[in-house]
Amino acid sequence: MQIGDWISQPVNWVYLPLALVLVYSGIRVVTSQNVIRAALFLVGALASTAGLFLLLSAEFVALTLVLVYIGAVIVLFLFGIMITRAPLGRDVALDHPSRTVGAGVAVALFGFLAFGSIQAFGSAEVQGIGEPTSTEVLGEALLGRFVVPFEVVSFLLLAALIGGITLARKDLSPAEEEAAGAV
Amino acid sequence: MLVNQFLLIAAFLFSLGVYGLIVRRNAVMVLLAVELMLNAVNINLIAFEAYLRSAQAVGQVFSIFVITVAAAEVGIGLAIVLMIFRNRASANVDDFNLMRY
Repeated sequence: MQIGDWISQPVNWVYLPLALVLVYSGIRVVTSQNVIRAALFLVGALASTAGLFLLLSAEFVALTLVLVYIGAVIVLFLFGIMITRAPLGRDVALDHPSRTVGAGVAVALFGFLAFGSIQAFGSAEVQGIGEPTSTEVLGEALLGRFVVPFEVVSFLLLAALIGGITLARKDLSPAEEEAAGAV
Repeated sequence: MLVNQFLLIAAFLFSLGVYGLIVRRNAVMVLLAVELMLNAVNINLIAFEAYLRSAQAVGQVFSIFVITVAAAEVGIGLAIVLMIFRNRASANVDDFNLMRY
């Protein structure tokens, strides 16, 4: 497919700004020297990912991403950053001194993945643009064919909840435990 | 829209996540990089779902599972980081050598 044909599809005009925001915020998440900014750039990356999901007609997943990630996970991250008293200004010690190894591994991985996907899906087109997946189909799949994984995942969430409480609980000294037992 | 434009951007995000995982020293930043990688996997799943159009939207179902597991992972991961921070007064992964040979 020629670049002219590609750019003449209006849906790609929506794709391009989203992709640019995604790439820029992704780069800033891993290179920013300010911890709060890195977490906030992750919000940008996730929001543009949700936009891409809308383009690919996956509305429910896009809204789940916004609710769960931007609503809950980022808040958790900000709490984590504040509680661990991460230095809030510019911090030069946030990265390892030699970044070349990481950059080399990342570039090699990207080259490998890009080569593979270009070889496999040269100019395959996405089907059915603008045909939304109805949430009914998704709900029936979740509670029908995929009900066992669904239950397993809900059990996992319960286990994570209990594990989080257990980890965050203050450990009592033996004397305090005795006092708590006496009451 | 090509499938490749989504696969390439997901590959790029995944590589950024790997870079962050290797380079970052603060444990919370490492978790942020892991989130980027999970997000890249989600883009792949949704793109393949839009490409193959399965009857039961299998790709979307699996991306919902990935989102759920990621939420659990962040909760537990941050709890562990906070616990180590409380005991060691540091969130630097270089200082976490309790389980090293």
